[in-house]
Amino acid sequence: MAGTAVRGRLTWQTATVSAVMDETSAVRTLSFEVPDWAGHRAGQHLDIRLTADDGYRAERSYSIASAPGEPVAITVERLDDGEVSPYLTQDVQPGDEIELRGPIGGYFVWDGGASDSVPLLLLAGGSGVVPLRAMLRHRSRVGSSVPVRLLYSVRSLPDVIYRPELSAEPDGVQVIYTLTRQQPPGWTGYARRVDPAMIGEVAWPVAQAPLAYVCGPTNFVEGVAADLVALGYPPQRVKTERFGATGTP
Amino acid sequence: MRPLEDGVLDGNAIGGLLLEVFGTEMTVATGTCGSCGMTAQVAEMAVYQPKLGTVVRCRKCDNVLMVFVEVRGVTCVDLWGLAQLA
Repeated sequence: MAGTAVRGRLTWQTATVSAVMDETSAVRTLSFEVPDWAGHRAGQHLDIRLTADDGYRAERSYSIASAPGEPVAITVERLDDGEVSPYLTQDVQPGDEIELRGPIGGYFVWDGGASDSVPLLLLAGGSGVVPLRAMLRHRSRVGSSVPVRLLYSVRSLPDVIYRPELSAEPDGVQVIYTLTRQQPPGWTGYARRVDPAMIGEVAWPVAQAPLAYVCGPTNFVEGVAADLVALGYPPQRVKTERFGATGTP
Repeated sequence: MRPLEDGVLDGNAIGGLLLEVFGTEMTVATGTCGSCGMTAQVAEMAVYQPKLGTVVRCRKCDNVLMVFVEVRGVTCVDLWGLAQLA
């Protein structure tokens, strides 16, 4: 039967892959040309929809990796048993078309405006670093001098996404890694899962009225958010975003 | 609020679905649980996505707040568990 359904108010649109870039052995950044893009905020995400020849569809959400004003980009981690991420990280080439909708979300965003002029505490578990990277790039682009600490929990140094960019540490940005599974010889940094003692050392003092953004797998976010609240951070100053095994956020 | 188990998502994950259903950004909307009265932003609610659809639950009492099921291209929405959504 012919469909006469009203178009969704947020519609799927066709984007063209403009560039692909490997970040690690399992992580790739895809940039898109989106003809009808409304412009996004740092921290937002978009949905991607793949349709198989037999009509089977799979949808996933991915955080936008680029700053507002930059070409839309997502960073995808390959899950070997995934339905979508192997295609996005191994098969997609520049020039390919992909269905997406967005930008999406208004909670886990940082605009860098006057009300955002307090110290930022960013806490990433694995690929949870992606929306936080968009915030860091946005901070640089708008010339914000807000002091930032990023605590990034990752299995090993080769698993660090955006490593060259993060190592550059722009003025006022401090990047602290904790390598949970494997450390290079002579590593003097953290080498364990994030715990209350680590949060206590890294977090800005509550008196500075900091704003915290936590993104990662659910158990990471739950632990870190609870630690921050125990430290005295008001819950509403701790923004959280969780992702599961089937995709991000 | 009770901690979420691994694999459980939050309301950020259904921002696209909500935008399509309501026509506006909803993750910062505030919902009031019809069972315990807890208020929370949608982004903070617990989201379960079994194959059949999407279930949103209260972080305090586990009450089902919203259910979304797509049937033949039409999204069916059940907001019965919410006292208010604004």
